[in-house]
Amino acid sequence: MRHVFLDHQSSTPVLPEVFDAMKPFFMEAFGNPSSLHQHGLRVRDAMKKARQQMAALINADSEEEIFFTSDGTESSNLAIKGVAYANERKGKHLVVSATEHPSVMQSVEFLEKQGWTCTRVSVDPEGLINLEELKAAITPQTVLVAVHHVNHDIGTIEPIVEVGRICAEKNVPLYVDCEASAGWLPVDVKQFGAALVSFSPHRFYGPKGVGVLYRNKKARIVSIMHGGVQEGGRRAGTENVPAIVGGGVAAEIALREMPTRIEHTATLQKRLWDGLKTNIKFIKLNGPEPGPMRVSTNLNLSTEFIEGEGQLLLCDMSGIAVASGSSCVSKSLKISHVLGAIGLDHALAQGNIIMSLGKGNTADDIDYVVEAFGKIVVKLRGMSPMWDEFERGVIDSVINPTGRGKSFSQHAADISGKAAH
Amino acid sequence: MSDTYTLYNQTVMDHFMNPRNMGDVKDADGIGEVGAAACGDIMKISLKIKDGRIEDARFKTFGCGSAIASSSMATELIKGRTIAEAMNFSNQEVVDALGGLPPVKIHCSVLAEEALKAALEDYVKKHPELAAQINKSEPVAV
Ligand code: FES
Repeated sequence: MRHVFLDHQSSTPVLPEVFDAMKPFFMEAFGNPSSLHQHGLRVRDAMKKARQQMAALINADSEEEIFFTSDGTESSNLAIKGVAYANERKGKHLVVSATEHPSVMQSVEFLEKQGWTCTRVSVDPEGLINLEELKAAITPQTVLVAVHHVNHDIGTIEPIVEVGRICAEKNVPLYVDCEASAGWLPVDVKQFGAALVSFSPHRFYGPKGVGVLYRNKKARIVSIMHGGVQEGGRRAGTENVPAIVGGGVAAEIALREMPTRIEHTATLQKRLWDGLKTNIKFIKLNGPEPGPMRVSTNLNLSTEFIEGEGQLLLCDMSGIAVASGSSCVSKSLKISHVLGAIGLDHALAQGNIIMSLGKGNTADDIDYVVEAFGKIVVKLRGMSPMWDEFERGVIDSVINPTGRGKSFSQHAADISGKAAH
Repeated sequence: MSDTYTLYNQTVMDHFMNPRNMGDVKDADGIGEVGAAACGDIMKISLKIKDGRIEDARFKTFGCGSAIASSSMATELIKGRTIAEAMNFSNQEVVDALGGLPPVKIHCSVLAEEALKAALEDYVKKHPELAAQINKSEPVAV
């Protein structure tokens, strides 16, 4: 069976060059970077190089602005809580976009329980932030604005330069989560006007276990981890040296190969979406059309009348690895908050699948996926009472209304006695 | 990579991949369609009943792998049972027969129990003369 990995947003394989660069730092150069002897100094030097490589990827002025954490989630926790705590006396208000990653949303919720307030700025149906609303949300008490570069679910590229301009006018630091974009789209901290930026090498062929937080002088920040003065006192704890070294190499290669990677994935993205929409009826792309508003790696699809976990499982049994934002997939039984924020109908959110491309995918892979996914949809629709009811005119399609029958959501509410969330 | 790793155990995967009794019973004597309040999914069970026994049971499910496997297993289990027996059917039987479900997926098996009971109630409604005979236990609250 063919195996096609279409979940590059969750992680990517480590490149051979990256792995080679990491190897000496397990058994040979095992020193702790905080040590003052040869062993420590050698790894400190290697980390400095990695900082420079990370800085180059995002066009930062100096490697001193690069901090290492354990992953993207820790980076956003540090960015949000670190800035909030450092500026408590100035104000206790934050502004975030409604579709930020859970690590941002839940850090904010944590702070709200301690007396901070937060404004969540709405997005349009394609996931683009409402800039007027953003402008109006910023008050003299606002200590941080957080807007991601690219959405992790639906691939929307936010107008981050304009966001940066608004923040500069209001003199509020901006945190840009670049987890879904770094390595796949140019990230320029200066052009963005960002005070903080985070990204993770494992999203672009580096190892897991290291996250990067860029921070410049526009943002005061305190450590949320205590017990040492590593990372300039901003993040206590021994650094994951092999991962940092490997991540640096991954960043360097990503920067060099970026134009090729973008072109390759953009071609496949178009081929995949064209193939799927030709092959399958009642399928919808969530987020902008492939092009300048959407990252080239992501397709977020809703296939009507069937649920996402079943699609994911059958894909897996066909050798295709994908993700889903359906409520059945989440432990909390809630649909992805991003799909909620773009106002997607519950029935479509339930049928959600996320496919994310990488440099190793081929055109043949894509053609295989188009064919296999078509069969999966037919199989699941054959089992679905909704498909049957649609064909009999009891319920209508959301994607392509025929004017017959009631809405799926109405039907679901009628029989469960509760409105679907 | 091999396909050794699956999200659910082999029995659940088997019932999900090769569901038994999928479809609609022709000229059904009872039809039940219910929705899961937790995740918004939908299950439908239709029954053929003869001489007070379930002769055939079929399902259609809009839901996760566990929901599909639960409806497949539930329809297998209840075939041949009397109405009174079926009225006492519990989702635990489905869970046990499937060799267990993850805790967060137990509600999917409850959906199968509810769909079955809704189908039985539909049948009883059409045959009021039976209501007195059937020693019906209260529907299980979930
Ligand atoms: S039917 Fe939604 S979680 Fe099982």
